[in-house]
Amino acid sequence: MSEILVAMSGGVDSSVAAALLAAEGHDVTGVTLKLWGGESDSGCCSVSDVEDARRVAQQLGIDHHVFNFGDDFERHVIEPYVEAYDQGRTPNPCIECNRHIKFDRLLRRADALGFELIATGHHARITLDADGQRHVGRGADVAKDQSYVLHMLGQEQLRRLLLPVGDITKERVRELATELGLRTADKPDSQDVCFIHSDGGRRAFLGDRIPLSPARILDQEGRQLGHTDAVQLVTIGQRKGLGLAGNDTRHYVTAIDRPNGVVTVGEESETFCDRTELVDLAWTAGEPDVELTVQCSAHGSRLPGRIVDSAVVWTEPHRRVAAGQAVVFYDGDDVVGGATAR
Amino acid sequence: MRPVAVEAMTALLTDGLGNPSGAHRLARRANQVIDDAREQMADAMGAEPGEIVFTGGGTEADNLAVLGALEAVPGVPVCSAIEHHAVIEPIEHLGGRVVAVGHDGQLNLDALAEALDDDVRVVSVMLANNETGILQPLDAIADLIRTNAPNALLHTDAVQAFSWIDLASAAARADLISVSAHKFGGPQGVGALVVRSGADLAPLVRGGGQERGRRSGTQNVPGIAAMAAAATEMVANRPTETVRVAALRDRLADGLRAAVPGVVESGVPEPTAPNGQLDRANKAERSNKTANMCHVCIEDIESEALLFLLEKEDVLASAAASCSSGAMEPSHVLAAMGYDRQLAFGSLRLSLGYPSTDADVDAALAFIPPAVERLRQAAGTNPLVSSTVAR
Repeated sequence: MSEILVAMSGGVDSSVAAALLAAEGHDVTGVTLKLWGGESDSGCCSVSDVEDARRVAQQLGIDHHVFNFGDDFERHVIEPYVEAYDQGRTPNPCIECNRHIKFDRLLRRADALGFELIATGHHARITLDADGQRHVGRGADVAKDQSYVLHMLGQEQLRRLLLPVGDITKERVRELATELGLRTADKPDSQDVCFIHSDGGRRAFLGDRIPLSPARILDQEGRQLGHTDAVQLVTIGQRKGLGLAGNDTRHYVTAIDRPNGVVTVGEESETFCDRTELVDLAWTAGEPDVELTVQCSAHGSRLPGRIVDSAVVWTEPHRRVAAGQAVVFYDGDDVVGGATAR
Repeated sequence: MRPVAVEAMTALLTDGLGNPSGAHRLARRANQVIDDAREQMADAMGAEPGEIVFTGGGTEADNLAVLGALEAVPGVPVCSAIEHHAVIEPIEHLGGRVVAVGHDGQLNLDALAEALDDDVRVVSVMLANNETGILQPLDAIADLIRTNAPNALLHTDAVQAFSWIDLASAAARADLISVSAHKFGGPQGVGALVVRSGADLAPLVRGGGQERGRRSGTQNVPGIAAMAAAATEMVANRPTETVRVAALRDRLADGLRAAVPGVVESGVPEPTAPNGQLDRANKAERSNKTANMCHVCIEDIESEALLFLLEKEDVLASAAASCSSGAMEPSHVLAAMGYDRQLAFGSLRLSLGYPSTDADVDAALAFIPPAVERLRQAAGTNPLVSSTVAR
């Protein structure tokens, strides 16, 4: 029996996470984080999501609170997100939210309130290696695995974190929610970035905050194939949405030169590289002396590579990784470290 | 709820009641209940029975006052920046003028004079603020309206003030006065608006013409009876209760200021000795606030966390107004008073009332200082700094 603070987004995973812990007899308190006050229809933080979380907590017979971390979210997630696009990087705001909000701000709040443990509804597991060090492990539901977005967790955070749905599949989560009669049982999974409205998308969100600038789209020989009115929205490796339809060859973005307003595209083979430069490299429990696999997007494939200086040297040529993306290192199914592509 | 209100309400819930607008015997009895309640509310609020309009709470009364005045005679609405959302939201929605307050929470009368002209149709200034308890100079405001905005009605939201202030004198010059039953020991969802005879007000809700056509819809008879019973008892006890509760509040506020460093009490100047120097031993002067309100901002803590800890000790307080999600938002009242946003996040609103006792104050003084200390220590030591791997 421990006192556990469960982060409840109003979705089915965290609903069931709270239910499982309560069923085990723990003293569970639910909390919903109010992070975003603006318009959104894709993620959480809406009044109806808070109501869902509160209603589930009532059904489970646990206390429910709302913490307003909106200022922190603005400072640590929104501002860096906008700045990254402005500087030609492709950020992952969910990771920054985990790093700064859920596993820093919330954990410190939990400390102050006397909770030894916190829990979330992420599909991932916490594993123990032979040296007694903890790692984020792949969730039982491989298709829903969220270990990638939790890669930044260190030993102290992992010691105090519970991931109750990491051992079960999403299907089982929904079954349990249905059995318990939770109103979130059939709620669709959250999609996309929680603070981006589907109407205007990224373009409207960024356009309200930074000036979007045009660029010419050139092929490898410098011939102009088209143009874009918002180079900030273009990402390395991107194929769709460039307005180059009607062409026989598939064009992938291979380089972005924002100051000169040039986006270079090429064939798929041009998007491959041998190494990816990194910043902010950190290991969960020291650098392991094993063959690593490396994942560069939330549900991307894991490919073998070595860390040499501050870069991944790929065993086989790898698609270019957009600057700003998280690069996560695995030993088998366990996260052993992470970095950000430069 | 006050027992007299509970009795009045429950008796009517089981008694056969008709629709007060009907004609038969049971309807006439319901109508008599309403007539009695109307007289009681008129006495309690310093108004005539025909001036009382029953509403579904304080927010409706505020909306009816502001929007009803504008509907009857189009013009510009004006309010203070510290009004309750029930007033400031409709006025901002209509593009009205919002007048600044000083750091002491008092309406800036020069700014009000600037905002007033012949186009102004309604001026809404609350008698006492709901977060801070700070009182507004309604007579001086009425004087300004008479000279600068002769076409305007004066509305006052007296929801917070009614339990502590005699409206017959303090709000004598207001044309429209809102109250809400749950603030004085009545039920939730019932309120009243005084509409002085001669004040031109259109209804928001049209229909069967109840409440002299100013608020259609079958009245909440048990709720109205309970509100009237609560108001009558509250007004009878108010002279003694105000003195008793003010003493409790002073002990609470002075005790907090003495026990917790970095406490800023809104609208209350730092106590000074005769030589003008700061003198914490001196009692603070709080005659500009309602007797029940202890409102402070505590440096370097977040009230969201403090309230959580206090609730565990059965000390139930609030910070400011809550938004619909239940999250605490930084107070627009403190922002208007020029408080730093960070300090406003540390606001603590300890409202006392007729049920409050010495033991309640003892409990608050026993639990709040250590809880604040605990939060400050937690804030000072980041548990992750030592454990997060170097980056």
